[in-house]
Amino acid sequence: MTVNEIVALDHGLKKEEYAKICELLKRKPNITELGIFSAMWNEHCSYKSSKLHLKTLPTKGKKVIQGPGENAGVIDIEDNDAIVFKIESHNHPSFIEPYQGAATGVGGIMRDIFTMGARPIANLNSIHFGSPQHKKTKNLLRGVVHGIGGYGNCMGVPTIAGQTCFDSSYNGNILVNAMTLGLVKKDKIFYSKAAGLNKPVIYVGSKTGRDGIHGASMASASFDEKIEEKKPTVQVGDPFTEKLLLEACLELMTGDSIIAIQDMGAAGLTSSSIEMASKGNLGIEINLNKVPCREAKMSPYEIMLSESQERMLIVLENGKEEHAKKIFDKWNLDFAVIGKTTNSKKIQLFFDNKIVADIPVSTLVENSPMYDRKWKKAKLPKKNKIKKSDLKNLKIIDVLKKVLANPNICSKEWIWQQYDHTVMGDTIQKPGGDAGVVRIHGTNKAVAASVDSSANYCWAHPITGGKQIVCESFRNLISVGAKPIAITNCLNFGSPEIQENMGEFVECVKGIGEASEYLKFPVVSGNVSFYNQTKNVGIKPTPAIGGVGLIKDYNKMISMDFKNVNNIVLAIGKTEGHLDQSVFARNILDEKNGPPPEINLFNEKNNGETLLKLIENNLVKSAHDVSLGGIITAVVKMCIKGNKGINLKKPKSLINEMEYFFAEDQGRYIIEINKIDLKKVIDILNKNAVHYDELGTINENELFINEKTKVTIDELRSFNTRWLKEYMSK
Amino acid sequence: MKSSVITFPGSNCDRDIDVALKKFGFKNKMVWHADAELPKSDLIVLPGGFSYGDYLRCGSMASKSKIMQSVINFANSGGMVMGICNGFQILVETGLVPGVLLRNKYLEFICKNVFVKINNKKNKFFGNVDNEVLEFHIAHNEGNFFCTKDQLKEIEDNEQIAINYCDKNGKIAEQFNPNGSVKNIAGIFNRKKNVLGMMPHPERMIDISLSGEDGSIFFNNLINNLK
Repeated sequence: MTVNEIVALDHGLKKEEYAKICELLKRKPNITELGIFSAMWNEHCSYKSSKLHLKTLPTKGKKVIQGPGENAGVIDIEDNDAIVFKIESHNHPSFIEPYQGAATGVGGIMRDIFTMGARPIANLNSIHFGSPQHKKTKNLLRGVVHGIGGYGNCMGVPTIAGQTCFDSSYNGNILVNAMTLGLVKKDKIFYSKAAGLNKPVIYVGSKTGRDGIHGASMASASFDEKIEEKKPTVQVGDPFTEKLLLEACLELMTGDSIIAIQDMGAAGLTSSSIEMASKGNLGIEINLNKVPCREAKMSPYEIMLSESQERMLIVLENGKEEHAKKIFDKWNLDFAVIGKTTNSKKIQLFFDNKIVADIPVSTLVENSPMYDRKWKKAKLPKKNKIKKSDLKNLKIIDVLKKVLANPNICSKEWIWQQYDHTVMGDTIQKPGGDAGVVRIHGTNKAVAASVDSSANYCWAHPITGGKQIVCESFRNLISVGAKPIAITNCLNFGSPEIQENMGEFVECVKGIGEASEYLKFPVVSGNVSFYNQTKNVGIKPTPAIGGVGLIKDYNKMISMDFKNVNNIVLAIGKTEGHLDQSVFARNILDEKNGPPPEINLFNEKNNGETLLKLIENNLVKSAHDVSLGGIITAVVKMCIKGNKGINLKKPKSLINEMEYFFAEDQGRYIIEINKIDLKKVIDILNKNAVHYDELGTINENELFINEKTKVTIDELRSFNTRWLKEYMSK
Repeated sequence: MKSSVITFPGSNCDRDIDVALKKFGFKNKMVWHADAELPKSDLIVLPGGFSYGDYLRCGSMASKSKIMQSVINFANSGGMVMGICNGFQILVETGLVPGVLLRNKYLEFICKNVFVKINNKKNKFFGNVDNEVLEFHIAHNEGNFFCTKDQLKEIEDNEQIAINYCDKNGKIAEQFNPNGSVKNIAGIFNRKKNVLGMMPHPERMIDISLSGEDGSIFFNNLINNLK
């Protein structure tokens, strides 16, 4: 096939980009080379629209061992232990083929983790779907949940937490973000930087097939009516092979055979070989006839662009080939020496004794395009004037029931019961709480992790929304008694070529950066997913933040279930009555405009750190952060989990009952304390200038509001648990 | 007491059961599926997981592993063998215990705590357990026990039902059946009661910080019965 501009455009390259390739090579590329350029220069691999802005994020800290730029971020959790973690999107393939799309998303992120020498110990996910009424939603949800479970369960890695949202802005573009945490010894971390000349380049894992060709390019474009035709670009997962690959790689990693290792993810053999060469400032020579292929007569183009799963590329020390081969033979995996490192600083591919590609590595990486896209600033919307008379007509229990049954608030048990969340025997906080918690096997330590997004807040005001998610992640970790350490982000947006969308991206990143800087909660890894867009309609800006924290003594872990009758319940943090963008405003008053709740970073940090002090002093029996649905929703969820009730009283203040109970002001937590500790707790709160309200005392099983209204917790539970189960069984 | 846990390609609860057995005093060895000989053992455990990816049929390929002939011989000569979850599926495939395990009735993987009623205590697995009901944990996609009417009669006549899904008071009823199993069967013996296959994972219930502690009752009792 002759290459010309039209062929280049078909590969998703822009006219100027094709011209630049010809200029860099000082000739026209051949078809294999064009394929390689299109794979490396697409948005998904090159971050060409986002790079400029991502650079502004804080990525360093005392506990950071490895920030962005490697397969995943690494943080120090003391005693020579480190946690490797990252979140990644698999949005486009999951919409086209939900089961395989989601499954391979989970498989891909786990590979990123064990590539660095870490055994995966926990999975999380953040998934967003269209309106429940949309005809595709139910099947997409079912397929995605089955896919996530199908892969993670088979791997034997517990799925410990997650988040599911519904909003019509995802009708044509669902989001599937998967996150994994792995455990590694600090002195046994593996990197992707090749080193040394004439070192053997090894291919291990599954054979290469024709699946997933141009997957990364597909993920770098908007959807149109021809979307069904893209099915062949979705990879097919084989978790069994990945489990073998995991065990084989970890076995090989116990020795000193490996110089560099890189998984074949997006853009397969192309990006893995080029990344290793680029980081090592070397060249790589590959004989494509040696690549194990699943199908006959695969062309160099297909071999280089296949996104077949469960494959790894390794640069070995000389003379270690036999030793390594034995391990992969034991696990029944393919093993082939396919090339070597060179000093040419080029990627050189041979096929049938002919050279089929000869490209300087720098042209693919350093010279890849970078755009300073035009973007529009978002204005802070005006506050709505909610009429007090509108609120007076509402009955609080009726509103509460509706809020508890809201798809974005209701119990997601139907989902997480399909994920094995207890395998590995160290899960001490299951899904359904503020954060999942797993013990560091054989120690007193545990790590907590949560994943959050707030698309409505980001849509209403991206900077505030960006800050809010980081703060929410911070709060979720603190609520279980963990000290927050670092975050990973998955930035899901529409097309960067549309100024409004680009503006949302830029400003969300700004917000994320400000909050993570202030809270000393750096970003150590992440992923950008643009073009979540069908024709001209993009999703709401949806950055997802995965946070990780450390609990030094897991006996001090806190859960959200109320523990004992007669204990006292406090709200920490001030309630101003902010209703705009709340579940109450959007779903009860049907008011979709207005600003999100303001973020006061000082209060976030101060309230959170003070709560950690209370926990450290064993003064807190249960805790939960206040988020969607406000104070009353948080309190009732604690009642439901603990099978307890509460005599709830609204403290005297200027705002009315609805505002007090349903407002989504930030920086707040609900805590349960023993009566005898009340004075001690109040002293600590006062000393640290933390506002608190006394909300009431715990009873057997009923909710009383201001001693008047009464409803049983069982009745409220049924509203909270019913919706999703009924929706999925219809 | 010596135990051995067989690791198949795709086993993923092998470490968990190793931890549990050691915690309660067993000297445990891990055995690779391609080995031919078993170490001297008082108990052999086939762990949970997805041996051979559950491809073809759950447990079917693992049941043909090299080591399995030794396990079958060991069981036939009266040795104690326990299969948990995928291990149960493997036992069914070898024919050491009767019946088959179908896909769960609602076609979904289920991971949650369940209660099981001990149906037969005249054996070394459950003999001397004071409780009538234990809280265990399940995590499976194919745990729907099925057998023919004739087989069921035989199973019942020989008192081969080990445990049934029930509520916390021991009531056995359809609404406490998580997967559609015949007669709420969660675990079953061979005729001689030296082989036990069960879907629940007692090894995930051995610590107050985990899902519960009733697994500790099971393992403590098991090692005492074997002494």
